[in-house]
Amino acid sequence: MITDLGYGTLALTFLLSIYGILAAVWGVQQRRPDWIDSARNAMLLTFPLLTLSSLSLIYLLVNGHYEVDYVASVTSNSMPLYLRITALWGGQAGSLLFWCWLMSAFASAVTLRNWERDREFLPWVIVVSLITLAFFLGLTLFVENPFDRLWLLPGGIALKSFFAPQGAIPYFQSDGKGLNPLLRHPGMIIHPPMLYLGFVSFVIPFAFAIASLITNRSDDRWIRITRRWSLVAWLFLSLGLILGGRWAYDVLGWGGYWGWDPVEIAAFMPWLTGTAFLHSVMIQEKRGMLKHWNMILIILTYNLVIFGTFLTRSGVLSSVHAFAQSAIGPLFFMYIGASFVISLSLLLRRWQDLKSDLHMTSLLSREALFLLNNLLFLGILVVCFWGVIFPLISEIVTGQKVTVGPPFYERATAPLFAGLLLLMGIAPLAAWRHSTVQTLGKAIWKPTVVSLLAPLIAFSSGVRNWAALLGFWLAAFVACVTLYEYGRAVIARSRGHGESLLRAFWNLAGRNRRRYGGYIIHLGVVLMAIGIIGIELFQKETQGTLAQGEELSLGPYTMRFDSLAVFDTADGRNVARAVVSVYKNGQYVGELYPRRDYYYESQQPMTIPGLRSTMEDDFYVLLVDWQPISSAGATFKVYQNPLVNWLWLGGFVFIIGTMVAAWPEREISPATARARRRTPQAARAS
Amino acid sequence: MKTNLSLLWTLSLWLAFSLAIFGRNEIALAQTPDPGTISDDQVNAIAKHLYCPVCENVPLDVCGTQACEQWRQVIRQKLAEGWSEAQIRQYFVDQYGDRVLATPPPRGINWLAYLVPPIAILAGVWILIQAFRSWKRPLPEPYSLPEPEPVSSEVLKRIEEELKNR
Repeated sequence: MITDLGYGTLALTFLLSIYGILAAVWGVQQRRPDWIDSARNAMLLTFPLLTLSSLSLIYLLVNGHYEVDYVASVTSNSMPLYLRITALWGGQAGSLLFWCWLMSAFASAVTLRNWERDREFLPWVIVVSLITLAFFLGLTLFVENPFDRLWLLPGGIALKSFFAPQGAIPYFQSDGKGLNPLLRHPGMIIHPPMLYLGFVSFVIPFAFAIASLITNRSDDRWIRITRRWSLVAWLFLSLGLILGGRWAYDVLGWGGYWGWDPVEIAAFMPWLTGTAFLHSVMIQEKRGMLKHWNMILIILTYNLVIFGTFLTRSGVLSSVHAFAQSAIGPLFFMYIGASFVISLSLLLRRWQDLKSDLHMTSLLSREALFLLNNLLFLGILVVCFWGVIFPLISEIVTGQKVTVGPPFYERATAPLFAGLLLLMGIAPLAAWRHSTVQTLGKAIWKPTVVSLLAPLIAFSSGVRNWAALLGFWLAAFVACVTLYEYGRAVIARSRGHGESLLRAFWNLAGRNRRRYGGYIIHLGVVLMAIGIIGIELFQKETQGTLAQGEELSLGPYTMRFDSLAVFDTADGRNVARAVVSVYKNGQYVGELYPRRDYYYESQQPMTIPGLRSTMEDDFYVLLVDWQPISSAGATFKVYQNPLVNWLWLGGFVFIIGTMVAAWPEREISPATARARRRTPQAARAS
Repeated sequence: MKTNLSLLWTLSLWLAFSLAIFGRNEIALAQTPDPGTISDDQVNAIAKHLYCPVCENVPLDVCGTQACEQWRQVIRQKLAEGWSEAQIRQYFVDQYGDRVLATPPPRGINWLAYLVPPIAILAGVWILIQAFRSWKRPLPEPYSLPEPEPVSSEVLKRIEEELKNR
């Protein structure tokens, strides 16, 4: 019954999406606003329908309906309630339904905005949003249906299908396989929804961009409408990436946070183009330039969102052969190809209309530096994209796969990231339109001199790694520039308005949220850069097998293996848990409990590190192996990760900054604006 | 006497055989390297640059599977036998192909992996330079604002009315 309800609403939403697309196009062609309104209502209705479908699947997951194949593959009797709910996105079919649900939420939210001023965009925004939704709904319905039931054929063969095959009887299981242990971490519970939210919310700016191209609007209205959408999309994507890094650090058991794995890169690529886009749109808003470029960036971002989902869902990463065998892969491939060709054709058709009369006048102007920043982001994208697809190309051409691992990405992207940091320091000091070496030099010399203290302090502390010294200088330079900019503005406002410094700071951030939110984001990046330099360039590790009471040393740390206990838990795990005492410079600092959990249902192990965290460093202990208690020996792998917590702190600041930048500002009515123009003093006083 | 000779002969043979066996064993023991002398850190220093074909994108030093544990034992054994890091890497490449290496070896089609990104970035720089040059060039026709058409007071009055009613 519930299975039928879930499947029925899913099918109905698919049909409704197709109807919405046709009705919107028909309405435009026939100039019939009633048809466009009908399409709008159809889009609005997708959300409640998909909510019903998703709740149906959650009901099946929570109540252990193992006759449904998806439920049997991702849940089990021993799983707690919250994990059964989050199993909605724990497998392929469920995560596709979840993707659709979030997409419908954003699409419905778009319909609720006031369309009076932008009525001509509406039908095309509906068409693009609903085509995207219909594609994913089609995949969910016809290829990866989460409501497929298990059936037993007369020969004893089990198969999955929604409708009963001829002669088959329903196959009921008493228990399921359970969720992949790696996905049971709190970080992994929040990380996929954040990434998906980031992915789907980038569809909306793309839909407006396409609407702008189709309606031949050459102004920046689509950018102004979607400014907040883009920031929200970027916020979720950034949050998803940061949480994914923390999950990897806590669960994957290799002492790091980012492994340049193709799945990580798949989520990172739209973030790169999205970040370039957020910078580049400012040039269009301020100077009316780069209209083509912004279109290209949002088209790229949308297609990379789909490409990212394709990479992780098609099986193409394991082998091109797996891709060929998968039904989902070729469909994704065709969709990306079609969407790329159609959107670029539309752009080419409007190329002349989007040309701007305004030109860049100075290589040192802020817009020129933003453009350079875009080039660096795109450079990193090229490295990532090429690194991900090269093994596939090699397999197609030579029949042999190769590995493109972290050393490739690190060597190729490190100079580009350094260049971005440098630009992050210079660009805020450059003026729009025109800037000279003299004016820029005058603005930049003070922060430059102060920032040189950072590498000097590092050098005097014994740091001799030139890359680290350069990195510390760049981080300090950006921090100095950002704080200098903030400080100057706060003091000016405080003097001009007679406000306290704190009040001036608050008002300043409130008046120009995007600018000052952006500066907070820059400070977040500085903190993250310090953490990355620390762990990447100064990480130490060692491994050793210890008998009880024996010690292992690493840097200033010494750990003593005290005991090991192996026991079963009620939730179906076999846990091996070690107790180690940790000393730093001879002083006892506490006990750690590294452990290895083995999940009986899925027959998968999970390594949970013992972690001592400070802002100076992390002492990270892994239980690698152990002998039976009689010989009382265990192997530990130990890492000292300097400054890594600056990375997480930076991530937090980064998110706060993005929230400040994306926070809605009060709409100023035309009458108020006129009044402010008439009496600037009165406006300043308000 | 015959018996004594026979006994002596047997003893000599036994002694020679024993010496041969023990002597050979002793030589063999002297030649067999002891993997126990190789530390985990020495093994991991090599293993972290290798990838087994089964565990996608997980370096060998942190992979927990049985197969990867066996690979680490092979590294330990080879190190004990005095093999260099390069020899050990080559051994795995010969056994399992180039994919065991962390990056594609620079030969044949693999050169594309290293050449395409810098070429693409340089192409981007070139496009940017060309764009800047074209922007710096004066516009083909002198840019001038068209003369505004005279606006009647009636139109102005209507616009003012409309603005008031917004």
